[in-house]
Amino acid sequence: MRVNFTVNGRQQEADDVWEGESLLYVLRERMGLPGSKNACEQGECGSCTVRLDGVPVCSCLVAAGQAEGREVVTVEGLADFAKQRAEHGGCASGACGSEQGTSLQDAKQWQAKGTDSQTGEGGELSPVQQAFIDAGAVQCGFCTPGLLVAADELLERNESPSDADIREALSGNLCRCTGYEKILDAVRLAAARQGEAV
Amino acid sequence: MDFLRPASWEEALAAKAEHPTAVPIAGGTDVMVEINFDHRRPEYLLDLNRVTELQDWHVGAETVQLGASVPYTKIMENLRAELPGLALASHTVASPQIRNRGGVGGNLGTASPAGDAHPALLAADCEVEVESQARGTRLIPIDAFYTGVKRNALEPDELIKSVHIKKADGPQQYSKVGTRNAMVIAVCAFGIALHPETRTVRTGIGSAAPTPIRAKAAEEFLNAALEEGGFWDNGKIITPSVAKQFAELCSGAANPIDDVRGTANYRKHAVGIMARRTLGWTWESYRSGKGRGAEGAA
Amino acid sequence: MAGTKTTTGAPTDVTQKHNKGGIGESTLRPDGTLKVTGEFAYSSDMWHEDMLWGQTLRSTVAHAEIVSIDTAEALAMDGVYAVLTYDDLPAEMKNYGLEIQDTPVLAHGKVRHHGEPVALVAADHPETARRAAAKIKIEYKELPVITDEASALAPDAVLVHEGRDDEYIKWVSHPNIVHNQPIIRGDAEEAAKKADFVVKGEYTFGMQDQAFLGPESGLAVPSEDGGVDLYVATQWLHSDLEQIAPVLGLPEEKVRMTLSGVGGAFGGREDISMQIHACLLALRTGKPVKIVYNRFESFFGHVHRHPAKLYYEHGATKDGKLTHMKCKIVLDGGAYASASPAVVGNASSLSAGPYVIDNVDIEAVALYTNNPPCGAMRGFGAVQACFAYEAQMDKLADKVGMDRVEFRQLNAMEQGTLLPTGQPVDSPAPVAEILRRVKARPLPPERQWEIADGDADVRELPGGLSNTTHGEGVVRGVGYAVGIKNVGFSEGFDDYSTAKVRMEVINGEAVATVHTAMAEVGQGGITVHAQIARTELGVQQVTIHPADTQVGSAGSTSASRQTYVTGGAVKNSCELVREKVLEIGRRKYGSYHPAWATAELLLEGGKVVTDGGEALADLAELLEDETVEIEAEWRHRPTVAFDKRTGQGNGHVQYSFAAHRAVVEVDTELGLVKVIELATAQDVGKALNPLSVVGQIQGGTTQGLGVAVMEEIVVDPKTAKVRNPSFTDYLIPTILDTPTIPVDVLELADPNAPYGLRGMGEAPTLSSTPAVLAAIRNATGLELNKTPVRPEHLTGT
Repeated sequence: MRVNFTVNGRQQEADDVWEGESLLYVLRERMGLPGSKNACEQGECGSCTVRLDGVPVCSCLVAAGQAEGREVVTVEGLADFAKQRAEHGGCASGACGSEQGTSLQDAKQWQAKGTDSQTGEGGELSPVQQAFIDAGAVQCGFCTPGLLVAADELLERNESPSDADIREALSGNLCRCTGYEKILDAVRLAAARQGEAV
Repeated sequence: MDFLRPASWEEALAAKAEHPTAVPIAGGTDVMVEINFDHRRPEYLLDLNRVTELQDWHVGAETVQLGASVPYTKIMENLRAELPGLALASHTVASPQIRNRGGVGGNLGTASPAGDAHPALLAADCEVEVESQARGTRLIPIDAFYTGVKRNALEPDELIKSVHIKKADGPQQYSKVGTRNAMVIAVCAFGIALHPETRTVRTGIGSAAPTPIRAKAAEEFLNAALEEGGFWDNGKIITPSVAKQFAELCSGAANPIDDVRGTANYRKHAVGIMARRTLGWTWESYRSGKGRGAEGAA
Repeated sequence: MAGTKTTTGAPTDVTQKHNKGGIGESTLRPDGTLKVTGEFAYSSDMWHEDMLWGQTLRSTVAHAEIVSIDTAEALAMDGVYAVLTYDDLPAEMKNYGLEIQDTPVLAHGKVRHHGEPVALVAADHPETARRAAAKIKIEYKELPVITDEASALAPDAVLVHEGRDDEYIKWVSHPNIVHNQPIIRGDAEEAAKKADFVVKGEYTFGMQDQAFLGPESGLAVPSEDGGVDLYVATQWLHSDLEQIAPVLGLPEEKVRMTLSGVGGAFGGREDISMQIHACLLALRTGKPVKIVYNRFESFFGHVHRHPAKLYYEHGATKDGKLTHMKCKIVLDGGAYASASPAVVGNASSLSAGPYVIDNVDIEAVALYTNNPPCGAMRGFGAVQACFAYEAQMDKLADKVGMDRVEFRQLNAMEQGTLLPTGQPVDSPAPVAEILRRVKARPLPPERQWEIADGDADVRELPGGLSNTTHGEGVVRGVGYAVGIKNVGFSEGFDDYSTAKVRMEVINGEAVATVHTAMAEVGQGGITVHAQIARTELGVQQVTIHPADTQVGSAGSTSASRQTYVTGGAVKNSCELVREKVLEIGRRKYGSYHPAWATAELLLEGGKVVTDGGEALADLAELLEDETVEIEAEWRHRPTVAFDKRTGQGNGHVQYSFAAHRAVVEVDTELGLVKVIELATAQDVGKALNPLSVVGQIQGGTTQGLGVAVMEEIVVDPKTAKVRNPSFTDYLIPTILDTPTIPVDVLELADPNAPYGLRGMGEAPTLSSTPAVLAAIRNATGLELNKTPVRPEHLTGT
């Protein structure tokens, strides 16, 4: 079957999709967006977390056909998503994608945007992404994309979360490397920087 | 495999009538796991995401009509006062990401004894509204809904539309044992609802019998004991011996198995502990008039 | 290479320009930005136009003869390009293995464990491949299963491997024993007579899974020269290569391996998983083949931590001095040897822990059974032993009537202490000090779950969001543990690494490139390599070349060894590059300044400077268009094999010590546990990157917590089948299960190691588990001789 939906502001189309394919598979294998990760494919690890019409979901548990006509934000689009949110006054989850939309012009930027070295350094990052690097919250990095999407959504609805709030919001995202301490540090750091910026 | 995408409830019923083997998919949190792990290859997937009325709820005078696909997150956020037990149960479902997708329709459709919503639905009392194109709507009392291991009272051409749940008239509680502090499938679970209007207590037990069950003997015992001691009126602390007996009867109602998640003996034991504790919490809430009982549980 | 242009996800150079900092500074990861933007390509992200998908058909039974395999129906399916079985293997060599080549690439005549690969399919879509695999008909004739010591060593036991001719067979008493290692020092029997107190214990350690998040995966691309390019996530490229090439019937230079992004490892990628399978399918079909395991298959796709039974006896005098120790450690190696022999060596040689015990009688064995194969996992044999000896220390301290920490400190190893193997510990061993530090830390506040109105925040309580207690039944407990882990490969292994370092001028700036085959699995090795290059070469910009087999072996990313050994190799190659650069300088400028001949010269801030700080030349001007490049091997001090009968010998090169204090709260009625705090102290010799060091300690600590309270692969003892191969039923800690982990890092230099550093990745995994167990025992008063602890154990149900 054919599936059409919007990813990071760009209209995307996939053909010959097998009906049992997940949104995760289509993103990774058909749209060249492997940032969302395939750690468990059973909704237990959160590494495939994306925003579906603004709502954080496990993309491994969304049938590709269910995404038809909907808005998806992945880790690849997170920096622009956060930037748009900041520019448009921090719209609530759900509204950012489908209501206002990202113009095609804007949307193309995230892919076309060059970085000045092969580390990707110099590209614009969202506050949560920068905080994960700065706090040492990234080791192998396989859980990182899902955690970033979840943490970004937490800070969107709760500007100054308590530690218990952070733990609850990220309790669907497994990490095997860090013991989570530096992930907590990163979210605290992002929240603090967000607070300073306001 | 065919992917059916009805745009309305009527179309969904028509599709189900035409393809009774079609597997409904809404949140996908059960079905997609089975597909990803090659445990299931349905001939048809029937996507219910575009049927918007399944995402709605209506708070009436006596009941809440809860659409089958209302995500658990929405229940937690919006229906904590009306459906405190179910809101607590919703909070124990898997992870935030799963709670954003899954709803009670999936739990009811799968009818796994481990579904988190069942004990809360049993305790609150409700009717499941199902519909087929051929015969229209019928309401199935929750007590008659679970018919066997992962089996329910649905006919092959029927779909679950909503659940009509009695609004809480007293405190409700919900507890679930898992071997992790988040994102865990129930080893066993317990729901309790006080119904001061009818001066009854209802219960629900999950993962401790082939189907979700009520502990009816425990309920009857407690109803009689509360009546006899005038507890509903005098608001006294429930006698420890009554609480103990209630817990033992709940434990006795369980008919669990040994599996990789826990032993039968542990499950029976844990049901008793949860029964005693949740009775304590709800009764304390009732007698101190502290509202409807969802507080204290984050 | 054919079709390289359309391969996406192949790793490229990673250049760090803006992140200054040499060793000892918390510089940030060179791959950090790629990892937070989703651009970092893991092995499962590899993609190639026209690629096929490989699928593995695995045995559904644990032990059986294969009567027949019928692939006709699968081969006839549309979209299927190849179906391979044992009969299709192209070379004489059909087995592989880390230490013993006992593992068939595809099952031959017999399957020995549940989930063993039997056939392979390549198809144009993963679903086609799955459907085809399901159509392969295999007829099994089941055999009795060997599942434990009793069934393995029975006189009439079925042999898991018949006709063994490996180097270990002559030392074992039964062919179902892979390897055994006795260690005898002093006279335990005699010393026992002097003991005022003796404690005996029998302990059980469950099968733990590495549960790395990135599943086994990779892409094999056939090349025009008949070879293959393999992109894969592994811990040791060259070890893989040595096992892959013979089975493919190719010379090693025709199998070009490149490390793809690795989503964690923890020992689980020491062994071959899909590497050979993908190459076989690619060579057969002439098309690129991608294989990605799902989580279910991953549980069958790699070895696990050895489950163990441990029998211990310790004695002490009434003033608390240890008199002797006897122990027998039985490790279940499962169906294939993997790293079992080395695990036996570690378990036996470290079985006494970081204590002074002059009289020991030790034996460790690994069994062949029909259980899942077990091998390397973080802590590698030392973990199981630590769980047992630390439980013994608590019991013995109680019997003597001493404080448990003081008892440990009284018996703690120091520099100069002899190990059971007779080898002296020849660098600082601050065992008593790290215990003191974790004990001195203030305890976390009690009843932290209480919120306004006497309500409870369940997130702070055992059971968490499941709302099982509001404080009822909750009892606090505190426990301590300390452990010792060897660093690097022991027992006479030639443990070396190779680094190629280049210095050149780009855009007017002297820059360095580091190329090693070290597997970056998340630990931060590449961060450290860039720091070393900056420190030694005085440059800012460092490029990390992708790890591949175009450079010499780096050895494995395991045994806490990479910063030591490949770090050492990078340092060494940098020093050699520096010498060459200085030679060029002397040649060019030597006559202009006497310091070129007389002073000790360093490279700093892009210049050649004297040890007095005087700048002699700018590196960019000195080098101009010259490139200085050195590839060199570096090895640590040699070790020797343990004597096969007495276990004596200087088998280890370095040690790592960590201590933990666990504070737990136990719902004693429901048997649920919440760990409140896991304070830790560890000596790391020198923290090359303090941020990474703390991250390693916290991560290792959490894996130890996991196996204390939830993690276990459950194998049915009747069928030897795995009962919980999924993340639904194999549980690892979530962020709500993981406590605050305050870390105290000590830096007591090891004079024998580069920069004085100590390999440090594994030690925190050792003591974390027994500390949590001790705290649960403290809260409940129960003996608890098995880990993980389950609610059933705590409630007696």
